Amino acid sequence: MSILTVQGVNKSFAGLKALNQVNLKVAQGQVHAIIGPNGAGKSTLLNCFVGRLEPDTGTVMFDGQSLLNRRPHEINQLGVARVFQTPEIFPDLSLLENVMIPAFAHRDGAFKMNWLPRIDGEAEIRDKALHMLEEVGLADNRSDHAGALSRGDKRRLELAMCLVQEPRLLLLDEPTAGMSRADTNNTIDLLKRIGERGITKIVIEHDMHVVFSLAHKVSVMAQGTVIAEGTPEEIRGNPKVQEAYLGGAHL
Amino acid sequence: MAAAPTSAFGTSRRSDLIFLVLFAAAVLTAPLWASLIGAGYPDLLQKWAIYGLFAIGFNILFGLTGYLSFGHAAFLGVGSYTAVWSFKLLGMNVLPAVFFAMITAAVFALAIGYISLRRSGIYFSILTLAFAQMSYNLAYSVLTPITNGETGLTVLPSDPRILEQLAGVRDTVSTPTTSLFGLEMTGYPGFYFCAVVLIIGFFVAMKIARSPFGTMLKAIKSNQTRMNYTGFNTRPYTLAAFIISGMYAGLAGALLASTDPLAGAERMQWTASGEVVLMTILGGAGTLLGPVLGAAVIKYFENIFSAFNDQVLMEMFNWLPETLQEAAVAVAGLFVGEGWHLTLGVVFMLIVIFLPGGIMEGIRRVQKLFRRSDGASRTDTASESA
Repeated sequence: MSILTVQGVNKSFAGLKALNQVNLKVAQGQVHAIIGPNGAGKSTLLNCFVGRLEPDTGTVMFDGQSLLNRRPHEINQLGVARVFQTPEIFPDLSLLENVMIPAFAHRDGAFKMNWLPRIDGEAEIRDKALHMLEEVGLADNRSDHAGALSRGDKRRLELAMCLVQEPRLLLLDEPTAGMSRADTNNTIDLLKRIGERGITKIVIEHDMHVVFSLAHKVSVMAQGTVIAEGTPEEIRGNPKVQEAYLGGAHL
Repeated sequence: MAAAPTSAFGTSRRSDLIFLVLFAAAVLTAPLWASLIGAGYPDLLQKWAIYGLFAIGFNILFGLTGYLSFGHAAFLGVGSYTAVWSFKLLGMNVLPAVFFAMITAAVFALAIGYISLRRSGIYFSILTLAFAQMSYNLAYSVLTPITNGETGLTVLPSDPRILEQLAGVRDTVSTPTTSLFGLEMTGYPGFYFCAVVLIIGFFVAMKIARSPFGTMLKAIKSNQTRMNYTGFNTRPYTLAAFIISGMYAGLAGALLASTDPLAGAERMQWTASGEVVLMTILGGAGTLLGPVLGAAVIKYFENIFSAFNDQVLMEMFNWLPETLQEAAVAVAGLFVGEGWHLTLGVVFMLIVIFLPGGIMEGIRRVQKLFRRSDGASRTDTASESA
């Protein structure tokens, strides 16, 4: 059963066709990788899922509901969380607060004038956030300001912020970009571990090592359209993909 | 694991209680310690309390949420006008005046905030400035029947003052004074009324800052994009912060009218809006105590330095030879009296350049210095005993 269905999506920027009749089906509980050369339209497509961009035509259905014409917070409240290419965290707040805030959104909804209790009295949310920090290995730093973290740690924090909301669909935009090999492997392990929860994931990635160690299914995009789709093994052997994406080189 | 998390929030219930008690004690004993620095008179102390409240409220919007309003004096003016109208129509009791001033300020803040908050950053600041200047000009022109234009709104002997009439205590004095159930709001009773309101206002601000709601405001300041993609509708949060800070300003305006039942449009001018920005930055934006300190410093300078004249300066420099004395007085004279703004400007520049976190950052640095020397001496003893 597919949890996300994209049909005939087109998007142009000032005459430039960024997305051309994109169709995509993401199966429940799977890790679906989207790969492709720079400018293939991967990030544009992702932006159409979270309310950042509206496609010119086409439909994006998430679990029976359209994701179009909705604001970002509404889409998040439906159960879609996103990790950004450059980590988006709260640099001025402590790590624990960083993870508690999304947990509040999950519990209380888009707005609640919750000014009477103290934040350190919210034991249930705090324990949940602390548990999540432990899971990504940042619990010891819980009192630090998030702005002081390394890039790799910021990304792990952002992942914790998304996971604490128990999303049904997690979008990851190049989760290992700019990371060292060791950090990349740590992130792969982390993503594998959280994969056991059955959260559907869409991963945009350049690093083939990441793609082939995580993905159940791979879609290849080039020039705004999906040119191939299949298991990692099928994609590896597909001459069309090698032509478009790898410039004919063999993997 | 259970005991540790307090440090992740920078405060605890206990430390906040101590902080609040110390603050209340300092405010209530102000007449005693302020006389040491020549500020021990009710008029100035009252201004400290009133502008302290104004700045505390402003800080909820600017310091916590990160929205710099350049038009908060509009709410101060609205509060003052409402309070004087309450004196005129209902009676000289300050409680209904304060109540209605906060309500009208909230309504104005809702309208202005709803429009201005569609933008952020400099555009938001400009929008609020434009609204405040519009209010100022309206008060002088078309709204003259309500504001009494340039003359200012005052309580007249012919005003109805219904509550007093009903209670049968309506006096016929030509210039009635404001009161709290018969206690006249002049001199020290007037200060203590403002002081109690300040302490309540401080407590509420602390409550907000430490709550989940306050944390959301801080998160909006830190990264609004992340807030949206985290499932928060940030608009009602920023609007709530705007209305709360507008209500604080309205409250301050009502208290200004309570000390002197007169409301004029100049209270809404952009200079008044700028002043509260200065107070908050000078004290330390985003801190609880900073805005109060900033307000106190500015009002102190305004009162003390503006009272200096050449004669006082001559006496100060009379240990110098006569020609030098005259030169010193000529230079120093620029910074006092009418020119006290120049002193304020220099102090403000020094603070912003050397202590961007304001007075509170200075206090923190001194604390750290003490702690370090404390820690050093402790290691000394440790090595001695070893």
